[in-house]
Amino acid sequence: MRTSPPPLADPATDDPPAVQAVALAHTARSPIVDAGGVTFVYRGEADAVNLRCWIHGLPAAQAFERVGETDVWVLRVELPENSRIEYKLEVVRGDETEWILDPLNPLHAADPFGANSVAQGHGYVRPDWTLPDPGARGGTVDEIALPSAALGEDRHVGVYVPARFRRTRRYPLLVVHDGYDYLRYANLQVVLDNLIHRLEIPPMIVALTQSPDRLREYAGDDAHARFVAVEIPARMQASFPLQPSPASRGLMGASFGAVASLHAAWRHPGAYGRLVLQSGSFAFSDIGHHRRTATFDPVARFVNEFRRRPGRPAERIHLSCGIYESLIYENRSLVPLLRHHGIEVRYEEVRDGHNWENWRDRLQAALTWLFPGPLWMVYE
Amino acid sequence: MQDVLILGPQFRAPNLRTALAKAGLGGPAVAITAGWQEREGELGALEEHLAAPVVDLRLYERAEAVFVQDPELHAACRARQGELRRMQELYRARLDHAKAAAREMLALEDDSAPARRARRSAIGALRRLDAEHLRDLEAMHARFDESWSPDRRPLLAGQRHDLASMIAAAAVVFVAGGHVAVLLNRMRLFGLGPVLRTRPVVAWSAGAMALSERVVLFHDRPPQGAGNAELFETGFGLVRDVVFLPHASSRLALQDPRRIGLMSRRFAPGHCYTLDDGDELHWHRGRLRTASGARRLTRSGGVLPAGVAA
Repeated sequence: MRTSPPPLADPATDDPPAVQAVALAHTARSPIVDAGGVTFVYRGEADAVNLRCWIHGLPAAQAFERVGETDVWVLRVELPENSRIEYKLEVVRGDETEWILDPLNPLHAADPFGANSVAQGHGYVRPDWTLPDPGARGGTVDEIALPSAALGEDRHVGVYVPARFRRTRRYPLLVVHDGYDYLRYANLQVVLDNLIHRLEIPPMIVALTQSPDRLREYAGDDAHARFVAVEIPARMQASFPLQPSPASRGLMGASFGAVASLHAAWRHPGAYGRLVLQSGSFAFSDIGHHRRTATFDPVARFVNEFRRRPGRPAERIHLSCGIYESLIYENRSLVPLLRHHGIEVRYEEVRDGHNWENWRDRLQAALTWLFPGPLWMVYE
Repeated sequence: MQDVLILGPQFRAPNLRTALAKAGLGGPAVAITAGWQEREGELGALEEHLAAPVVDLRLYERAEAVFVQDPELHAACRARQGELRRMQELYRARLDHAKAAAREMLALEDDSAPARRARRSAIGALRRLDAEHLRDLEAMHARFDESWSPDRRPLLAGQRHDLASMIAAAAVVFVAGGHVAVLLNRMRLFGLGPVLRTRPVVAWSAGAMALSERVVLFHDRPPQGAGNAELFETGFGLVRDVVFLPHASSRLALQDPRRIGLMSRRFAPGHCYTLDDGDELHWHRGRLRTASGARRLTRSGGVLPAGVAA
């Protein structure tokens, strides 16, 4: 993905720049998407306007160009097919700098830190299974208190129970790190309802955990691993009719949540047969110190140890990462290691960043592979 | 002798009423909708289409009640399901290799005698694997029936008797589609195979699969990627030497001659019939009497109308 000056003198139209500036000034929506990329447009008084996005390999700020003497600012970004990026606009007026959502872009993505504007490149279509389907019967989410000896306190765990739940059936169990964030920012409940309704995954019980101190607990913490791999399954088994085999147990997480998932499965082999690891923060060093912040020190200790003796933390792992993430190298590096140790791995790279909508869009591929639904069995 | 009417899916464009009229079937009907699981017995659309009442045999509900009251039998059924699942996993692992070999041989641009022999041998290996799996399944069911005879389970015996009486009093039995494993499981639990041979039967989708001898699962376009068509279970054999392929237009790569040719040769001499909306096949006295819409897969990888000789 490269940036370049806006195509003001389009040879195809031969319109003079002033005419194109008028067209851009009246556009109701930004960015303007075409097969080669996107053109961001900002209208307003400013001394400078920058695109702020988090694309590995590109500068964190890319300057818009003012069109003549107008208050129209544009920036052309070459964006490969099917890309999706999240961004904000940095507007500079005198000594004041403000980061804002793109006023001409109605597409927003929320995350625990607020919201970003979303640029969908040519060819990207939001998957229909991420949108509410009136025909799909909805499951419910309730909360249970779980006293944890490992953590020395009670934790509240959300529990998704599928529609048409019956005690006489047995269900797979999926445990999700940052589960409430998945609900809020990755439409997890809608996705589960839809995939179950479409028979692409079986009805399943899903435990949603949320750590009050995730950067510490998710970074290779043994007490947290015990909570996730021993205490949660035991409590869920006591409360719900669950299938007993590791193949019916899944653990999922994104970013540090992926680290916590791999760590818990590694420390307790056999507890989970299926892992979903999304954009894992798998910092490591082959020699010397890793090149990330101190927050990653315990992560790198765990990942380095894991790389030395991976064992077999699960039978199947779905691993994914956006190619616009700085973590792409770490995630790619994990694939041959896992495969070498007899783990079935599906690895998916996409033109997206480190964000919840990337993780949302990967859920169908991950869950249908790890927990194939009765679609294979149903002939209505 | 028995009439068996096999239809395509009924939920979008039902043709049950016209098919019954053409076959000269009518009168009080009972239905098996256990494949619909929790939706069992939701017959509103079907009754509206027929403009006549239909009595559901409620196999799914009956089984649930039996399991609650006879936990020993329930545990045995679960154990059997576990064993069947494991058998299927192991068969599937072997199938992967056998199917890959057959595909590779069929893809050879080589018509020499050794290549032809290699192709025949690879398909033969696939057929032997299927046959072995089928024998294992039959043996497994026979063992279970012997160990858990309904004569020793009064509750189950009572339900079987009740169902046999209801079927005997009906002019026609419908077997609807849905989850084919659940449907087969419940029909087998209540011993409906022999009973169904006494009445005219109309079956569609998974119901049709259950009436054949070999139940073959298939889907070339699931989200997790295409799997191999796999022999899943023994059916009740009311119609012989056939494999039914419901929703073939959406689930099968019918335009891929290599895949279709392999499927046809794998299950020969049985015929593979597609069953899509509006399709209809009528067996009378064990012979295919009329066919409309349904297609048959050919050895060369094409599809022909069901009634036409290759």
